[in-house]
Amino acid sequence: MIKQRFRSNAGPALVMIGPVVLWLAFFVAIPLIYVLVMSFCGIDKNYNVIFRFTMGNYRRMFDIDYVEIYGQSILIAFFSTVICLVLGYPFSFLIARTFRSKKTILYMMVIIPFWTNSLIRLYGWRTFLGTNGLLNKLLLTLHITSEPIQFLFNRSATILGMAYVLFPFMVLPLYTAIEKLDQAQLEASADLGAHFRSTFLHIMLPQTASGIFSGCIMVFIPCLGYFFVSDILGGGNADVIGNLIQRQFQSGNNWPLGAALSIILIVITLLLVKLYQKCGGDMQSLGV
Amino acid sequence: MCRQTKEKCAHNAGAVYCGLIYAFLFLPIVVIVINSFNATNTKPYLTWKGFTLDWYGKLFQNSALLDSFQNTIFIAVTSTLLSTFIGTLAAVGMYKYKFRGKNIIDGLLYIPVVIPEIVLGISLLTLFTNTNIPRGLLSLVLAHTTFCIPFVIFNIRARLDGYDKSIEEAFMDLGANRLTTFLRITLPVLAPGIGGGALLAFTLSIDDVIVSYFTNGLTMTFPLKVMESIKSGVSPDVNALSTLILLATMVIVILTQSNLLKNLRKVLKRQS
Repeated sequence: MIKQRFRSNAGPALVMIGPVVLWLAFFVAIPLIYVLVMSFCGIDKNYNVIFRFTMGNYRRMFDIDYVEIYGQSILIAFFSTVICLVLGYPFSFLIARTFRSKKTILYMMVIIPFWTNSLIRLYGWRTFLGTNGLLNKLLLTLHITSEPIQFLFNRSATILGMAYVLFPFMVLPLYTAIEKLDQAQLEASADLGAHFRSTFLHIMLPQTASGIFSGCIMVFIPCLGYFFVSDILGGGNADVIGNLIQRQFQSGNNWPLGAALSIILIVITLLLVKLYQKCGGDMQSLGV
Repeated sequence: MCRQTKEKCAHNAGAVYCGLIYAFLFLPIVVIVINSFNATNTKPYLTWKGFTLDWYGKLFQNSALLDSFQNTIFIAVTSTLLSTFIGTLAAVGMYKYKFRGKNIIDGLLYIPVVIPEIVLGISLLTLFTNTNIPRGLLSLVLAHTTFCIPFVIFNIRARLDGYDKSIEEAFMDLGANRLTTFLRITLPVLAPGIGGGALLAFTLSIDDVIVSYFTNGLTMTFPLKVMESIKSGVSPDVNALSTLILLATMVIVILTQSNLLKNLRKVLKRQS
């Protein structure tokens, strides 16, 4: 009986799960395995990939120029994450709790800007911050500065851009976590005479930790790869690992080296996700 | 200071803080909208030279830009449909049936969500070059569907958490076959999850830069066109198109958020 039932389920199960399995195998698993294999290959004079085992790409990755960019990437990603968290936590608290009656519309207003193409928004920043831009005009008219200030084409501008583009990915999980906090507990803590600081440290922080973790992961990891942000606002002075990979797959044409650099990104990602899971993070709350 | 005034102060300070954050979020958009009405034609379009609607007129003569926008919409619609179809089947299937290798599928689903998009982009590029799949609309649809599927599945899964299987069983005990049960019971219950997933897929596809950058071949999408034009200074008709897109999405949001749509649905239901 049980066996029969199982057999009768096999058909529909195959119809439902078959397509996704095939799709993921062909478009995710096989390409990634191929990239891994390619990272151990070399190239010939015409930049074609030749399948002979070499560790050369990985050795080249320790070139000092590259190592500097990894450091810079991590620095940029770190500061962008910190900015998003520091700005985003009180903000999420305010829209989820203090102004609770209007929370849907307040929340939607975080999402709406992101339906305008992110490149054009970054270009908006560039227009605003440029030496002829509005901000410099304002500073000049107010006599705060006598010369236009170069805000663009450095690490700070790139960090600003990353934080800007990824801000909702921080707010999303924080908002969900803060919304779930028990109001009675917060009030009880205050009624018992606890300072806001200790309520925050002992009640809010532990209960929203998973939101903080997933927000940080969702900001930090993309920062390493978003080459267009450093292209537009960093002007070549604030490259991230993504820029290195992009160059190898476009003009440089050393695909195996680009593949090896991608493997580095994958390894960093896996380590962070493992750490996240160790800290009790829920995979489901990443991404959605 | 008594407690009430203190609370009021804190409340106001909070409002100011939120205002500043929204200013930060909307500032570049305001710049874009203003520049789309700016009469200047000297690059890089930084000073205000008076109001004009010329760029909106010019926009409809810029066939390359309009083509790229059309491509973007085509890719977004097609990959949304594909990923929603595959994702809905998979989400329901994985919920209903137990089978070996479920963890592996789960693991594979998380990959496009957590790895940096650039890795997905280059891996798909190598796939398309090695399998001779022509790079263009087809490869873009395939690529976008790939990163949309997991988001669709996760969205539906969130909805399935509170789903009662016994309704389905009851329906089948009453003599309905599998397909009817799926269409009449499962789908309606999951509809909000499916709708949310589809909306997310559409949003992701329409704004995608990185994966498209590696898989487009010679076909241009709107974001790629913007990227190309940024090097020479974005022309105001791009600003005009962005303003129109923003306007359209705002209208959609207001319609879906307001009661208008709900009331409309009620009226339709009553009629049927």
